Amino acid sequence: MSTSTVSTALTEPVAVTAGTILSVRDLWVEYRAERGMVQAVRGVNFDLRKGESLALIGESGSGKTTLAVALIRLLTKTARVPRGTVTYWRNGREVDVLALGAEDLRRFRWKECAMVFQSALNSLNPVLKVWDQMYDTVRYHESMSKDAAWQRSLEVLQMVQLDAARVLNSYPHELSGGMRQRVLLAMGLLLNPQVLLLDEPTTALDILTQRSIINLLRQLKATLGFSTIFISHDLSLAAELADRVATMYAGQVVELGEVRDIFYRPRHPYTLGLLQAVPSLTAGESEMVSIPGSPPDLIDLPSGCKFHPRCTYAIERCRAEEPALLTVGPQHGAACLRWAQVAQDREHVETQRA
Amino acid sequence: MTNEAALLQFERVSRTFTTKRGVVRAVDDVTFAAMPGEVLCLVGESGCGKTTTGKMAAGLVRPTGGRILFEGRDFATMPERKLRVYRKAAQIVHQDPYASLNPIRTVYQTLSVPLLHHGIVRGRTAAVERIMELLTTVELTPPADFLGKYPHQLSGGQRQRVAVARALTLNPRLIVADEAVSMVDVSIRVSLLNMLLRLRDTLGVAFIFITHDLAVAKHFAGRGGRIAVMYLGRIVEIEPAAQLIRDPLHPYTQALLAAVPEADPDLTRNKEKVKLRSLEIPSLLQLPSGCTFHPRCPLFEEGLCDVQRPETVSVGERRAVLCHVVARQMAAAPMGPTTGDGHASDRAVGLDSRRDGPVGSMEVGR
Repeated sequence: MSTSTVSTALTEPVAVTAGTILSVRDLWVEYRAERGMVQAVRGVNFDLRKGESLALIGESGSGKTTLAVALIRLLTKTARVPRGTVTYWRNGREVDVLALGAEDLRRFRWKECAMVFQSALNSLNPVLKVWDQMYDTVRYHESMSKDAAWQRSLEVLQMVQLDAARVLNSYPHELSGGMRQRVLLAMGLLLNPQVLLLDEPTTALDILTQRSIINLLRQLKATLGFSTIFISHDLSLAAELADRVATMYAGQVVELGEVRDIFYRPRHPYTLGLLQAVPSLTAGESEMVSIPGSPPDLIDLPSGCKFHPRCTYAIERCRAEEPALLTVGPQHGAACLRWAQVAQDREHVETQRA
Repeated sequence: MTNEAALLQFERVSRTFTTKRGVVRAVDDVTFAAMPGEVLCLVGESGCGKTTTGKMAAGLVRPTGGRILFEGRDFATMPERKLRVYRKAAQIVHQDPYASLNPIRTVYQTLSVPLLHHGIVRGRTAAVERIMELLTTVELTPPADFLGKYPHQLSGGQRQRVAVARALTLNPRLIVADEAVSMVDVSIRVSLLNMLLRLRDTLGVAFIFITHDLAVAKHFAGRGGRIAVMYLGRIVEIEPAAQLIRDPLHPYTQALLAAVPEADPDLTRNKEKVKLRSLEIPSLLQLPSGCTFHPRCPLFEEGLCDVQRPETVSVGERRAVLCHVVARQMAAAPMGPTTGDGHASDRAVGLDSRRDGPVGSMEVGR
């Protein structure tokens, strides 16, 4: 468990990679429910580097949104964080996010770390014009004159390629889905955050609108240089936008690596399963394979590796042991005891590619 | 024009809805024929009319213009009593299995009602027996475990299987599946899709498969099936799936295919993109003049596309496209088996960067 385990190495603060802006160590989140405790996030470790875009992929209930919400401390009252740390690096100084007081937290949220929520319609107040909502945001988080706030709002709306003056005077229902998504993105950028959390930024948008948002995100990231964590159940979005990808299953990051490693050299059977379950448009008669079984009950989790009941690679040890992220390649970790077997089975596919 | 062999035929079918703000043309002049056992995928963005088309195909919505023929008979003018026969032959599976199943009915109750009501089986014992068969068909096994279950005790994928089993109770010849796999997670979706494919192959049921996802459409259509792309109520292009994906004719289809992100970083980031003239989707209440795609179309020609309403033009035996410019180019180009290479340079938009799939068979039917 010493050198081969990424996560034990990562629990030491010294192991934080240079250029990190946000680091998460052994983070746990649980919800109180009638039937018992829901284990939503279980021992997550990762570093977000400056200017990088990290995708959290996984199916519903894998803990992606809970993890993101925990990072900006917007969890509901029924949730608690029994363990873990979230460190934000402000000009090289460590800020313990989970320990921030009300005033500091207000500064951290939106000015340093902003979140763009999933449903563009529900996240905007239907009875307020866009300008009122933007002004509210500015006023709450920063002392800025009304004129300056107006100017800044125009600026960010232009950044997202909207007709800024018209949009500021509109109510949300007067805007199309794609425009609303852009408004939310603009609001996220309002106070120039270093970290932007995007929850399913293109879900429920039509293909052409989705494409324009993808292009916009790529362009904004290049010009503004912020870091993003974006959540998606859609692997193709990660393929488009991510520098690195973290696969989540049952509240845990089960694989983490550079985007090309995850897509071309997956080592966790669940990541591999997800990739094989996506129908491809341009590849020939693709054989799609489904993952047997269904996602686990987060209140009553299986023993050992949480994926073992659905895993074709599972051996007896998998029922008892839950591995941490093991190093499977440069900057590439997979929480699977059988990763070497996965690698061996995929050898012909991968060498063919190379 | 009537195709004797067709199971279902739409002849210039339109459907308008009157709303407070005006008349919405949901489906506008749609013509197609589906053969027995054929798969036709309707693809398009929200508001393109694919669901209304599906509902009309299932006999749930009547057209306001044109004719719909089922096995050669126009059922739009049929009296309600006769329509029941048709409703048995055409079944629909809705998008949301959380809304389409009655929450206070067990699986047995949900499935036994149509069986007994339509006299498919007589008596409880026969009903149970048939239901067990149906549950096995949709891979809910062992079936006895599911008879007494309520929808809330089932997962999303299982519910959708019950919905499919319900559609199968009346031995339909046509199943309309409206975004039937969209609400479930990736890992579950494939097995659901494969189950439907097996039904297509073993039961010989024709499918109208409605989806916004081109990759899913391509997969479901397989080698024999076709894809129809809809835009603002009209079918802009209809042809065998493999061909449509490999060599799309209509600029809208080209734009869609180029815009779809794919789960392959190198491929998706280097995909050649189609530049549209506008991202605004016109309102269905105020459709653009001429060709409704003209305000966004890269092939737009002033004085033609904004003035003249295009008509569907057949290209070869199984392809049809709704575009002035493409129709002219195709007429000028030598006909023959199109490979795409010959005309790619003629058209403003080429999609040469995409990898070719295997050439699907182009014969009519399967």
